[in-house]
Amino acid sequence: MNPAAAAPLRPGGTIAAENSPRDVVSYRFRNLLAMEPLTAEQILFLLDQSKPMQEIQRHPLKKLATLRGKSVALAFFEPSTRTRISFATAASRLGADSMNLQAESSSLKKGESLLDTVHTLDAMKPDCIVMRHSSSGTADFVARHLEIPVINAGDGTHEHPTQALLDALTIRDRLGNIEGLNVTILGDIQHSRVARSNIHLLGKFGCSFKLCGPAMWLPRELEQIGPPGCSIRRATCMEEALVDADVIIVLRVQQERMNEPALPTGEYVMLYQLTEERLKMARPGALVLHPGPMIRGLEIDPAVADGPQSCVLEQVTNGVAVRMALLYLMMGTPPEEPNGGGPAAENKFYRPNVT
Amino acid sequence: MLWIKNGRLIDPASGTDSALEVLLNSERILAVGHFAEISHEVANRGGECEVLDAAGWIVAPGFIDLHCHLREPGGESSETIETGTRAAARGGFTAVCPMPNTRPVNDNASVTRSILERKASVRVWPIGACSKESKGESLAEIAAMKKAGIVAVSDDGRPVATAKLMRQVMDYCRSLDLPVIDHCEDASLAAGAVMREGQTSVRLGLRGMPSAAESLCVIRDGLLAKLTGARLHIAHLSTKDSLEFVRGSRMHGCQVTCEVTPHHFTLIDEDVVYDSNFKMNPPLASREDRDALLEGLADGTVDAIATDHAPHEPASKAVEFDKAPFGITGFETALALALEQLVHTGRIKLMRMVELFTTGPARVLGMARSIAPGQPADLTIFSTDHAWTFNAAESPSKSRNTPFDGREFKGAPMATIVAGRVVYRR
Repeated sequence: MNPAAAAPLRPGGTIAAENSPRDVVSYRFRNLLAMEPLTAEQILFLLDQSKPMQEIQRHPLKKLATLRGKSVALAFFEPSTRTRISFATAASRLGADSMNLQAESSSLKKGESLLDTVHTLDAMKPDCIVMRHSSSGTADFVARHLEIPVINAGDGTHEHPTQALLDALTIRDRLGNIEGLNVTILGDIQHSRVARSNIHLLGKFGCSFKLCGPAMWLPRELEQIGPPGCSIRRATCMEEALVDADVIIVLRVQQERMNEPALPTGEYVMLYQLTEERLKMARPGALVLHPGPMIRGLEIDPAVADGPQSCVLEQVTNGVAVRMALLYLMMGTPPEEPNGGGPAAENKFYRPNVT
Repeated sequence: MLWIKNGRLIDPASGTDSALEVLLNSERILAVGHFAEISHEVANRGGECEVLDAAGWIVAPGFIDLHCHLREPGGESSETIETGTRAAARGGFTAVCPMPNTRPVNDNASVTRSILERKASVRVWPIGACSKESKGESLAEIAAMKKAGIVAVSDDGRPVATAKLMRQVMDYCRSLDLPVIDHCEDASLAAGAVMREGQTSVRLGLRGMPSAAESLCVIRDGLLAKLTGARLHIAHLSTKDSLEFVRGSRMHGCQVTCEVTPHHFTLIDEDVVYDSNFKMNPPLASREDRDALLEGLADGTVDAIATDHAPHEPASKAVEFDKAPFGITGFETALALALEQLVHTGRIKLMRMVELFTTGPARVLGMARSIAPGQPADLTIFSTDHAWTFNAAESPSKSRNTPFDGREFKGAPMATIVAGRVVYRR
């Protein structure tokens, strides 16, 4: 054993959830920082908790009072529209207020440290903080300094756990389960927090991965980042990557991350755009997911984006459901308490069956 | 006079490892010998002397740290020469070599002199800059700094970017008989990186620098040392390729020496978490590289253990991993980590470890280091089994940036003697 690993080097750590000792299977989450430390059971629990939230979204009157009087701080230190609105909508549907901090107006621009900024936010007494930041590990860092729950809404090129949850929910709704699938991820994998979170989540359910994109965005170490036993292979050609795929996750080509030696756009389109023709190489009915924002004509052919296999808009809808479930679990009365009630109560006797 | 009694004297210069006592005055070592000889000597010199009982402890030549940052002038919120050298004394060091990356840069004799005038607990042997303001454009006033007291040159932290300037520095320093120390790093490969490239950097989504960023520059410098005949010293060497090149170039007659830090032989990239106390440059290396360093420490390829003590005030480190400055403190944990990783594991003998802290670094600087009559009265007395816990909050350093806070150790400096004076006593 590495002696350094045994040494008490730091307080806290990144353990994101603790198992309830009760017979009824439910979990309480202190923070949601990453998919990597979660167990398959915990993930299934989160997906199950999202089901009633999906129901609520289909209801004509979408607002609940479950979290009335609670507030969520949305601390987005990196520009974001859809994720921020998704969390704000989720909070509002549960009756919670949200406090907004945006990078452009943030005092960080005036030289304040991140820690001072979040301590200031914390002093306004939110019940939970949702944060996005362009540096990896920042949610983890902030969580070590705050008492309230922290939800990671994307940290640098590390993880984007709620995206992986909404992707898994979307896949499970369409295909019936998320076990043992062949998943192909296309694009700049090295710099993708979406890819990492999806690998950590789906990898715990026996999914196999093919990662495909330009070679400089595919470091060989990616093949080792999954859970033990998870098969991850790299491919630099689409034909090899798409064969037998059940699910295709198309990543956005991040123009702003083109500080790497840029690949000419035309080359990317020629080699890696997901076209109708290429989609035929995957299994019939293979799902196409995209975390958005999508650049039509670059990483994806518009015909595929709008086609029957595309799940893009369901992903957005499910994003709100997943985030409602998380906010409820982290700020609401814990479901195992006698007077807990709330949307999760109906799942009280559900026991996830994980193979 | 100070009489050090009952200790086990280890002196790599003469290969001595036996129960011998030492008598010092405020300048020099007066005598080394058995009780009877020293008693006689004391009586001859008037009989008045202080006694330090070193029973159960090792008495070694004074430890030298080839690589540290004392931050003064310009960075006094992180460290001063006074606080830094107090921490050095607690770590058993009797002489430390501060790098020139202060504000202003130590690139001229007046800065060198101002450093040497400061109050210090241990000897301060400054390292001067290679180039003006360490900008890598034109030569610094190296000869004048040598006259003022520098022991080597380096643009540490801002490595000399062009081979042409490095060649000029080497040519010039050869004529001045000064070693050239380089923090080897290819700036283009290292740009933006915050840790070593590898599985952990990919998993954590942190930008990594490949080990080649260091080794490329080691190879460049090695070839230039061969071309110029200069004495080249590789700072904080951290990769297997660099080490193999150093080994090979010695066989070709180049004067290349190297140092390794305690954190590089103790920790690896897999230990990195989102805590800026694990962010240093060069970054923690792969397991394979670390194992090669351990081998190099054992087989003689590595000349010295150097701390790269790099204090940063708490606020500057309590930021996003990407934003935090590189570096950790190192004086007070160096000996304990060397004992833990190298001696207690059986990898090297105590004699070799003492060499890495004393005669090794002295040789890099072209000096001698031994416990013999006439030598400077600098000694490090340490225990190999004293149990203690490192508590960074108790450090005299102004900074707390260390991944070893709270670590339990076996073995520690017990007394540090500089110019015959006990500057630290545990």
